[in-house]
Amino acid sequence: MTTLLAADGTSEAAAASGVFSLTWVLVALPLLGALILLVGGRRTDRFGHLLGTAMPAVSFVLGLVMFLTMLGRDTEERSIGQHLFSWVPAGSFQLDAGLLLDQLSMCFVLLVTGVGTLIHVYSIAYMEHDRDRRRFFGYLNLFIAAMLLLVLADSYLLLYVGWEGVGLASYLLIGFWSHVPAYAAAAKKAFVVNRVGDFGLSVAIMIMFFQFGSVGFADVFAGADGASKAALTAIGLMLLLGACGKSAQFPLQSWLLDAMAGPTPVSALIHAATMVTAGVYLVVRSAPIFEGAPNAQLAVAIVGAITLLFGAIIGCAKDDIKKALAASTMSQIGYMMLAAGLGPVGYAFAIFHLLTHGFFKAGMFLGAGSVMHGMNDRVDMRRFGGISTVMKVTWATFALGWLAIIGFPGLSGFWSKDKIIESAFVGEGWRPWVFGLTALIGAGITAFYMTRLFVMTFHGRRRWEDDVHPHESPALMTVPLVVLALGSALLGLLLGPTGAIQAWLEPVVGETREEHGVLPLWLTTSLTIALVLLGAGLAALLYLRRPVETRAPVGSVATRAARRDLYQDTVNESVFMRPGQYLTRSLVFFDNRGVDGAVNGLAALLGGSSGRFRRLQTGFVRSYALSMLVGAALVVGAMLLVRL
Amino acid sequence: MNYIYLSAVLFSIGSAGVLLRRNAIVVFMSVELMLNAANLAFVSFARMHGNLDGQVIAFFVMVVAAAEVVIGLAIIMTIFRTRQSASVDGANLLRY
Repeated sequence: MTTLLAADGTSEAAAASGVFSLTWVLVALPLLGALILLVGGRRTDRFGHLLGTAMPAVSFVLGLVMFLTMLGRDTEERSIGQHLFSWVPAGSFQLDAGLLLDQLSMCFVLLVTGVGTLIHVYSIAYMEHDRDRRRFFGYLNLFIAAMLLLVLADSYLLLYVGWEGVGLASYLLIGFWSHVPAYAAAAKKAFVVNRVGDFGLSVAIMIMFFQFGSVGFADVFAGADGASKAALTAIGLMLLLGACGKSAQFPLQSWLLDAMAGPTPVSALIHAATMVTAGVYLVVRSAPIFEGAPNAQLAVAIVGAITLLFGAIIGCAKDDIKKALAASTMSQIGYMMLAAGLGPVGYAFAIFHLLTHGFFKAGMFLGAGSVMHGMNDRVDMRRFGGISTVMKVTWATFALGWLAIIGFPGLSGFWSKDKIIESAFVGEGWRPWVFGLTALIGAGITAFYMTRLFVMTFHGRRRWEDDVHPHESPALMTVPLVVLALGSALLGLLLGPTGAIQAWLEPVVGETREEHGVLPLWLTTSLTIALVLLGAGLAALLYLRRPVETRAPVGSVATRAARRDLYQDTVNESVFMRPGQYLTRSLVFFDNRGVDGAVNGLAALLGGSSGRFRRLQTGFVRSYALSMLVGAALVVGAMLLVRL
Repeated sequence: MNYIYLSAVLFSIGSAGVLLRRNAIVVFMSVELMLNAANLAFVSFARMHGNLDGQVIAFFVMVVAAAEVVIGLAIIMTIFRTRQSASVDGANLLRY
């Protein structure tokens, strides 16, 4: 971070040359794909899925070449800026659209295009029988382009364009089957809740512009050094609001579970691996701002801690496999937010967990999609069970994802989540105890609900409905599963114990200081493993040893609350929606009775009185003559009176 | 001075005729009576004050009255032809 803060108003990133002059192509290719598929219409139906898959694949290959080139460079020369065009030339305010490819963006480019390509391949088979497969790929490409723009932007304004782009793609894809009213409502809900967050981000950008006169990363971070604490706190909190909306963090998390209405590849790509982690990216990217605003940083950590428990508790009660996974996503992003809110000790681990989570959660979502594919699109885990024997590949890959997320020693999740728990115990006063214990307990609950999900789906008695004949999915679906499972298994080992991720990200997020927590390292690690084993064992006892009922039992108060997302919707409805409705209703009433009443009343008064006055028009000439005479007499009398 | 009184009496008779009589011809004659009462007042005042303004205006009034008679009588004739009556109360179609 010191290097970033040292930047004197101009971007310190090296100019793009060589393969990096093609940085813009990374974004342009999927955008071109989306354009062709969406504008081309039915004409592109035949090759739409192939084109849609090729675009992110080429982007991925390009990104990989850039990554290898970047690896070959010195640390100082790895950050690359590419000027695109002069975007907002308004008098003294100049904003150029430019891309910034540094170590942090690189992680995301590889994740988005890599996992994105795998999910595209998977979707070819998954969406095979859908008439609108071409449109689906168009939206997916649009999403990839917007997400790449989001992570490659070198100013907050360009980031905002990508931010809105992924929101749009998310909306379109959640409501992909919009002929089902509930799905259309889910899409609308996601859109509306995201607007609340986007409002926060836009306000943050406005404050930045007001404070620093610029919205470019380099200028803002340079200015953050000398800015007032109050301004930085305001920016930080508004950024956090934006991050909460996009990343489904408390209190804006209610849309994510409903977002499972979209096709399963969408849930895997957008609502697990990439888009929902954009909030974490935003916080980590804005590290210099949060460093200057400890209160905002604390708020980030608190939001993360609340959400990680919130999601975990909801995940324990859901019987819908996708919703359980979504609750788990929410909880895991809570971990990332918590890590990002811990400051320099946590940034690298937030991104580390983001990467590993991208792999194992995408793998599990695709696995869930594979199960649904074999089970006639059923999602109720109480009607699954015993699938491990008929869907071996899905079972094996899902098992790797499951072991990774619960933090089984050696797999990805172990390395990344354990680091977050360790970091959470670093600090002074009450914070390490609260955050550390929350993270620790969260790990135990994670193990419980993921094991519950796993054994309910794949093991135990077969509770299938009569018309269901599960079968293994085609190779187009299983190959991405295998690749993602390998990633879930090995990625953590590659990056974690070697310290590669901290070293790689150091120029962007600052040095990850090795600090000792309030508890010794061996104790946190063994406590984590013990709690994980306890959670997993408990779940196995409850859902494997005992038969699972095909209809959900009534359950305790806590279970019922968790089934209803801990009453988040109820709270939203009673705090925001109802009063809003009352307000609009009273405004309508006021408009009808008050404003319209005054106008209509005036008109009625005039109409009524003129109705009476026109009675004077009797048609009798002589009465007119009389009134004229009287009038003339009055005028003459008045004149005489005034004269005198 | 007596001419002024005469003029006032004539004007009163004329206006009473306009207000009280129903026959359009009589009403019309009464209007003429009022006009001529006014003329008489103009001429008398002109004589009293020794300038000619009043006499000039009396001429104007006569000219206007002549034109008015032509139009008025034509209207009354038309009304009589259509309604077979010259009652001013009968011609009350222009009402609310």
